[in-house]
Amino acid sequence: MTTTGHLHLAVALDGAGWHPAAWREAGAHARELFTARYWAKLAGEAERGLLDFVTIEDAFRLQSTLPDDVDDRTDQVRGRLDAVLLAASLAPRTRHIGLVPTATTTHTEPFHVAMGIATLDHVSRGRAGWRVQVSPRASEAAHFGRRAIPRLDPEFRDRALLAELFEEAADAVEVARRLWDSWEDDAEIRDVATGRFIDRDKLHYIDFSGRWFSVKGPAITPRPPQGRPIVAVLDHGGTAVPYELPARAADIVFVTPHDRDDAARIVERVRAVPRDGEPLKIFADLLVFVGPDAAERKARLDELDGAELVSDARIFTGTADELADLLLDWREAGIDGFRLRPGAVPADLKGIARGLTAALRRRGAFRHAYESTTLRGLLGLPRPASRYAAASGRLP
Amino acid sequence: MTPPHRQIHLAAHFPGVNNTTVWADPRAGSQIDFSSFEHLARTAERGKFDFFFLAEGLRLREHKGRIYDLDVVGRPESLTVLSALSAVTERLGLAATVNTTFNEPYELARRLATLDHLSGGRAAWNVVTTNDAFTGANFRRGGYLDRADRYRRAEEFVRLARTLWDSWAPDAVVADPERGVFVRPGAIREFRHEGPQFTVSGRFTVPRSPQGHPVIIQAGDSGEGREFAAANADVIFTRHGTLAEGKAFYADVKSRLAKYGRRPDELKIMPGVTFVIGDTDAEAAELAAEIRRQQVSPQTAIAFLEQIWGRDLSHLDPDGPLPDIEPDLSTEVAEGRVKHHDRAAVAARWRAVARERNLTIRELVIEMTGRQSFVGSPLTVAKSMAEFVAAEAADGFILVPHLIPGGLDDFVDRVVPLLQELGAFRTEYTGTTLRDHLGLAVPAGKEAA
Repeated sequence: MTTTGHLHLAVALDGAGWHPAAWREAGAHARELFTARYWAKLAGEAERGLLDFVTIEDAFRLQSTLPDDVDDRTDQVRGRLDAVLLAASLAPRTRHIGLVPTATTTHTEPFHVAMGIATLDHVSRGRAGWRVQVSPRASEAAHFGRRAIPRLDPEFRDRALLAELFEEAADAVEVARRLWDSWEDDAEIRDVATGRFIDRDKLHYIDFSGRWFSVKGPAITPRPPQGRPIVAVLDHGGTAVPYELPARAADIVFVTPHDRDDAARIVERVRAVPRDGEPLKIFADLLVFVGPDAAERKARLDELDGAELVSDARIFTGTADELADLLLDWREAGIDGFRLRPGAVPADLKGIARGLTAALRRRGAFRHAYESTTLRGLLGLPRPASRYAAASGRLP
Repeated sequence: MTPPHRQIHLAAHFPGVNNTTVWADPRAGSQIDFSSFEHLARTAERGKFDFFFLAEGLRLREHKGRIYDLDVVGRPESLTVLSALSAVTERLGLAATVNTTFNEPYELARRLATLDHLSGGRAAWNVVTTNDAFTGANFRRGGYLDRADRYRRAEEFVRLARTLWDSWAPDAVVADPERGVFVRPGAIREFRHEGPQFTVSGRFTVPRSPQGHPVIIQAGDSGEGREFAAANADVIFTRHGTLAEGKAFYADVKSRLAKYGRRPDELKIMPGVTFVIGDTDAEAAELAAEIRRQQVSPQTAIAFLEQIWGRDLSHLDPDGPLPDIEPDLSTEVAEGRVKHHDRAAVAARWRAVARERNLTIRELVIEMTGRQSFVGSPLTVAKSMAEFVAAEAADGFILVPHLIPGGLDDFVDRVVPLLQELGAFRTEYTGTTLRDHLGLAVPAGKEAA
């Protein structure tokens, strides 16, 4: 928990919102979903609410109501832009808010992903994060043709596969963090007398060798402003060792409790996993419809979609004050912050950024101004020294 | 009335990781801060340039087994920084060099289509291949591809990327809330590709982008490179040489297009060039010599010599004569840069020149490596460039400034207005996409079935 007693708030951006019919709401501007202007408005709204960060969803598959097949539905949003690039386009259009795009680890090159996130940190001057996700589907694997992955079992009974993909994700994060550390902060010297641009003793090979990949290093990109950008993972606790991946590889874990007691149980399980360094920040995910008309709006959308909304996260409908009370109640269970998935944009994004933040401020539980220009600063996390600087005994 | 002048296309290359970029100058700024990229891109856009260009390097270069420390080191990930630049520019094309050896088509096609959406149709991809296990050590796929395989993979990669870009019908997204139709039925087609390099199938996740396909650039002068460009590219980024060499290259490349059912103006030839501008030609020449000395520091001179000689020459005095030392052809001291083809011949030539002209080592390296392409007063530079294009030795130029962030300021302030007066360069953008600027058609999309 932060010393100010403020809780942390993030908003999860995806299309026109998390309800499949959200794009049909008045003011959704769904035709603009694939433009920079659309996303700039969303990020701007979140920043006016002084939220800690936005996440951006992504995947190597078309959205579908089926577990591992294309559904060919034409009445829901289909298509997404690359989240890291989308986040980069938001960096010059915002000043304080953290930008946490999803980048997957199953079919990507850890080196490219790490340099992309490092670059996002440079272009945003210290506001980058990385939401790590795996690609557990056969349909995704077929887009790459390099790796055989069985068709997804909707019940996730194949624990071994998931464990393997998570372990690979942890390796990818390890590679990224070593690469981010591979340039010491003061490696660039521009020493005209000796003709040297860098002090090469302050650049380090990372020599990572693992089951899925080996990466030599060093990074091609100098150390990011935050040292190490923030890493976030959503974990439902369904693996053989629940919450091992976030404990090993993340700064933030997104969890999905359904009530306060559930939240307390999850917090206990997360905290039970051994971990080095700063304590993991635990964020609870909620899918929210906020405002006086929340229930009616959700009911209307359910009707349009022809089905009642289902989610892995608790679905909340109610006023901003009710939501503020719920969040503060869950905070008592040890939750550090919340990642709210707006049911429909713009209504529920405004409900969060305006209504909820005001309600929380009235309760003394949310910031009145940004207190830092970096995401680490907003989360109250220190800037880590390069592991290699420490190893070579030349602490800055 | 004089006939309209052949129009020049211009691009700005962010100064890169080599000794062209002068970092020791007091005016030299950061090579990584976004403000440097923003300054150069905004300057290029103020000058109505066609596009902004980023090179690629996926492993830090080495020299004698250690990281090469005499040039600028470090760069951002290209597509990420270009996406950020899309937010601070409106018309400028944004070109990234991206390797086909260490990427997968589905992911890269997605990223390029994303940049095209974010920028409203300004994305370009400079397709390059890498052969070496040295770079591969940073990647899952690692390893070595022989020269022919590199181009086969690149060719199949580009073909597959185009299949993915075409897989969404141009008007797939209707987003009609009244009727409840987001995508038209059948408008997101399944793709299926089976080839020696890639066997993939499924659905692409990005709607067709404003340019249909991002502009494709190919860099390289080899036979395979020229053929690849003739078949696949919209722009070829080539080496700059004499007017005669330029005309020969231009004629050769353009003559290859018909075979692929393409017209000569569908491939733009743009050599990479450096420039030095002074108030007078004499002042520019002096300035050019000064810049060459900055580009070839005493340490750089020795390092260049070592690359050719294949041995440690750190005991030599850069301001002294070149001693009679035989090159060691059995070893390479440099990794991660273009290799000299015939080091014995290069060494012999260098020794002859040093002897004949009584040059010190540093003077010799200055003499023998990369002289500036255009040196002179603004008018001299403008006229030489226009002459090159009028003579069909090029369609335009990719300018490589030697300083960041201000290296393009003078060109835009002093040369661009003269090119405009000559009628050789646009005074305003007439379109919004890079294809518009280059006069290239949007590839025909495929309607929904």
